[in-house]
Amino acid sequence: MATIHVDGKTYEVNGAHNLLQACLSLGLDIPYFCWHPAMGSVGACRQCAVRQYKDKDDNKGVLVMSCMTPAADQTRIDIDDEEARAFRASVVEWLMINHPHDCPVCEEGGHCHLQDMTVMTGHDRRRYRFNKRTRRNQYLGPFIAHEMNRCITCYRCVRFYNDYAGGTDLGAFGARDNIYFGRYAEGTLESPFSGNLTEVCPTGVFTDQSHSDHYTRKWDLQYAPGICHQCAVGCNISPGERYGEIRRIENRYHGEVNSHFLCDRGRFGYGYVNRADRPRVPEWTERPGQEAVTLGVDPALERITGALRQARRIIGIGSPRASLESNHQLLAMVGPENFSTGIESREQACLAIMNRLQETSGLPTPTPREIERHDAILVLGEDPVQSAARLGLNLRQAVLSRREELAEQIGVPAWNAEAVKTLGQDRYHPLHIVWPAPTELDSVAVARHALAPDDIARLGFAVAHAIDPAAPPVDGLDPASQERAGEIAVSLLKAARPLVVSGGSLASEAILEAAGAVARALSRRAAQGGLVLIRREANSTGLSLMGGQTLDWALDELSEGRADAVVVLENDLYQRLPADRVEQALARANTRVVLDHQRTRTAEGADFILPAASFAEGSGTLVNLEGRAQRFFRVFEPAYLRPETRIHESWRWLHTLAAGLRGEAPGDISLDLATRACAGAHPGLAGIVDAAPGADYRIEGLRLAREPQRYSGRTAMRANLDVNEPRPPQDTDTPFAYSMEGYSGFDRPRQQIPFAWAPGWNSPQAWNKFTDEVGGHLRGGDPGIRLIRPQPGHREYPDPVFDDGATDSSGLRALVLPRVFGGEETSARAEPVRQRMTAPVVILARPDAEALGVRDGDSLTLLGVREGDSLMLFGGPDITVSEQEDWPPGWAGLPAGLLPGLGQGATLTLGKPTGGES
Amino acid sequence: MRKNKVLSVLWLIPASWSLLRTMWMVFMHGFRKRETVNYPEEEVYLPPRYRGRIILTRDPDGEERCVACNLCAVACPVDCISLQKGEKDDGRWYPEFFRINFSRCIFCGMCEEACPTSAIQLTPDFEMGEYQRQQLVYEKEDLLINGPGKDHDYHFYKVAGMAIAGKDKGEAQNEEVPEDVRTLLP
Repeated sequence: MATIHVDGKTYEVNGAHNLLQACLSLGLDIPYFCWHPAMGSVGACRQCAVRQYKDKDDNKGVLVMSCMTPAADQTRIDIDDEEARAFRASVVEWLMINHPHDCPVCEEGGHCHLQDMTVMTGHDRRRYRFNKRTRRNQYLGPFIAHEMNRCITCYRCVRFYNDYAGGTDLGAFGARDNIYFGRYAEGTLESPFSGNLTEVCPTGVFTDQSHSDHYTRKWDLQYAPGICHQCAVGCNISPGERYGEIRRIENRYHGEVNSHFLCDRGRFGYGYVNRADRPRVPEWTERPGQEAVTLGVDPALERITGALRQARRIIGIGSPRASLESNHQLLAMVGPENFSTGIESREQACLAIMNRLQETSGLPTPTPREIERHDAILVLGEDPVQSAARLGLNLRQAVLSRREELAEQIGVPAWNAEAVKTLGQDRYHPLHIVWPAPTELDSVAVARHALAPDDIARLGFAVAHAIDPAAPPVDGLDPASQERAGEIAVSLLKAARPLVVSGGSLASEAILEAAGAVARALSRRAAQGGLVLIRREANSTGLSLMGGQTLDWALDELSEGRADAVVVLENDLYQRLPADRVEQALARANTRVVLDHQRTRTAEGADFILPAASFAEGSGTLVNLEGRAQRFFRVFEPAYLRPETRIHESWRWLHTLAAGLRGEAPGDISLDLATRACAGAHPGLAGIVDAAPGADYRIEGLRLAREPQRYSGRTAMRANLDVNEPRPPQDTDTPFAYSMEGYSGFDRPRQQIPFAWAPGWNSPQAWNKFTDEVGGHLRGGDPGIRLIRPQPGHREYPDPVFDDGATDSSGLRALVLPRVFGGEETSARAEPVRQRMTAPVVILARPDAEALGVRDGDSLTLLGVREGDSLMLFGGPDITVSEQEDWPPGWAGLPAGLLPGLGQGATLTLGKPTGGES
Repeated sequence: MRKNKVLSVLWLIPASWSLLRTMWMVFMHGFRKRETVNYPEEEVYLPPRYRGRIILTRDPDGEERCVACNLCAVACPVDCISLQKGEKDDGRWYPEFFRINFSRCIFCGMCEEACPTSAIQLTPDFEMGEYQRQQLVYEKEDLLINGPGKDHDYHFYKVAGMAIAGKDKGEAQNEEVPEDVRTLLP
């Protein structure tokens, strides 16, 4: 702590900060552009000038840039100094002389940091009468729009994109006043974190193209606290709605999970919510092949209850992309003995191991923010940037934090970004990646070992043995691997806080057990370590805590006639298991009820479709990969602007349906009741009630406002339907109001913040007002409750078990590689993400390619897939061959989402497109 | 006592005078110039800056002036304007729909003051009575006129730096030609 004197008042601040950060943390307003809490100071914009005095007797002082001055003890500064104010006003005037006078047609307008700062410094008249500089724009892909005229050369974009996120294709070109921020040549920005440029850029140079396509100003959007459903990290988001569509996803600050940044899948993958083909009313198909008939809510429920009552046994298939509440209502309706999680058996086994390891491996699971404080990392059989992108960014910071350590040794503060970068050069904390394909993190890794899944597990166990001789040795390991294991072990042991990262991407229990063994070995040797286990979907962790049978079991029950009705909850079974198997099982059922918000193949084959709410229209609870239960809240009421819609949360549908099956009138149901029912029924989930405040939560007697105070058009947006305005929708489930009336301020600490706004701060920088210190934690506490905690106790190492599988000489085995764009079911239905998907590639080792008679760049067709005893034949899509030097022979790397239902390790028959089987 | 009684009715004198004077004045008003207009037979004169029916205007080239910036909507105290931004092939922003609910409008003129492109203007016309309130909801077809309204010259895209078809970067007012970042010349 340090004591500083600002404008004659004395404050206690964090001495490790710079003056700008310290003053902003105190709630004092200093205008700034180039400084960012996550990226430190470079002193480029000269906007944050204040007057600093040497001591108490100094009454002259000097102007300093507050972002480049440490908040040392007994610092005396004046923000409200006349000369400093004049200086800041001049700086904004300079920055504005070339500004293109296009705010009305700028997507940044209304949440623009430049607008805020211009107002704050009082610059309101243009005095410069000469010509303006202009610059051309570039096409940067489907996510980001570019308008270079608006640039104020703060360098934030390249500092984020290159230094923070490791991108290589955005740069600053030219010098002095002839400068350009863009790509060398037009083209799609390659980094999966490019979307953050829209929030990092203080002006409108980089804006959200997907938002611009149906643009609405920030003040006109209706928000609710959301949780991203596109992977298991559980980033906090602020989805914004207008006219019944989600228009934009903004980052919602969470001090432990996503802090300032999101990945592009989460930011731009919301389009599936707006799809025109979504089921919006209940549908009934009397006989397969017939046209579906739409039904009202009551007739639909009556028909479904009638059909389900005739069934001997109903199987309920849940979903890891649905909320805990919905899954629990399904479980309660069909009974635990008839409930399946909807997860394929190998994945479910992996999920169980991951939950067990988080409790018993001996190492705790760090939060994503804590990942950044680890100093040696082993990534075992996982590609974090592709499977849980936001974590990839955290891992990168952990590796880069070596620079800050080096800087600390010579007394350079961590916020002095350029100095720290120059000092560190390419000295990083050790990162070892064991993964067959190239990853985004390779550039900062010590080495990447390209191994087949089983060899990854072997190497993992060998590392564990090398760290702790008590761990079981691996038989028959070749000397090269032995040496690698030794190297990895040494670098993990040297570290103060080693981290092991693994996950379920390869669906290999052996890899997870190996990661667990390394974690246990480290826990016996090192002081503080961490173990991060990556799940695939938004609620995979939650559903595995709830428990249930596997999807394979459910399909067997159906296809063997032990059950004749099935209720599928927000799950496309064809994405998980081979199509023939799913089809066969569903064909045997007499009644197929599907609740979903997407028209999936499963929904299309159903007798009844009930329109379920997506994250935008529904509320519920998810558990992320660290075991944090987080609540998401509905953003808007779809029936207000489209009265014909009958979309409801799945838990509401299922509750009513269950009551109908029992022949009772539906009792009360609300979000709180559904959450409590779920928490009460599953001891592992008992904590979820406290994940967010209940519907009766008020601040100063007020609900929380979903709409900013400037929300416009209330009396016109619905006037085309009827000039008589109905009462605004009432929300009995959550503490939020569908209105601008309610609390939306920052001075009362709270966890659930639909949108960040403070007087004078319209841009995302307004989050500074909600945090305890800038870049710290929310003043009301970071949302969510951790459900999985390490259990004390001494445990033995597991014996290495490898699932080599039957080595099949007749074909290559599939190695499904996770991918950010297209690797996840729902976001792959969003238009910008579809455009961003790369062309399908099959990665082969050179000998395998030669055996098939193809070379790099040739095309191949998938002719058949054999998995166990199921055989599928394809006329398949053409896939480009990519030969990779170190790729494990015998395996063919295919991107996830290319062939739905393709299991890890399935045997593939590949051939040339012209025919001619391999 | 008696004298007091006589005095107590003396107030009748000024009261009668006032009454007669008033009657005289009212009578004389019969010969004054009429303020009342025989509306609707006779037209009402409204000054050009009268705040009546709202219109959307076009720029001097005949293109829609509205760029769907939403400032009118946010300035509107009764929130009776709603619109949606669209983008034409030539890069111009325009309102996909533009709706004013005149049953809510208070004709305060804040929208006109907020408009950065002189698109939305109030006109001296108040004849908007309807038997059905629903008819008071005006869409863009009802609002858009074929001329520049009160502001004859303003052309937003000639001032703003954004490029549109037919007006490249560097061709707006007070603009240099676009920079060539690859040149080494000073």
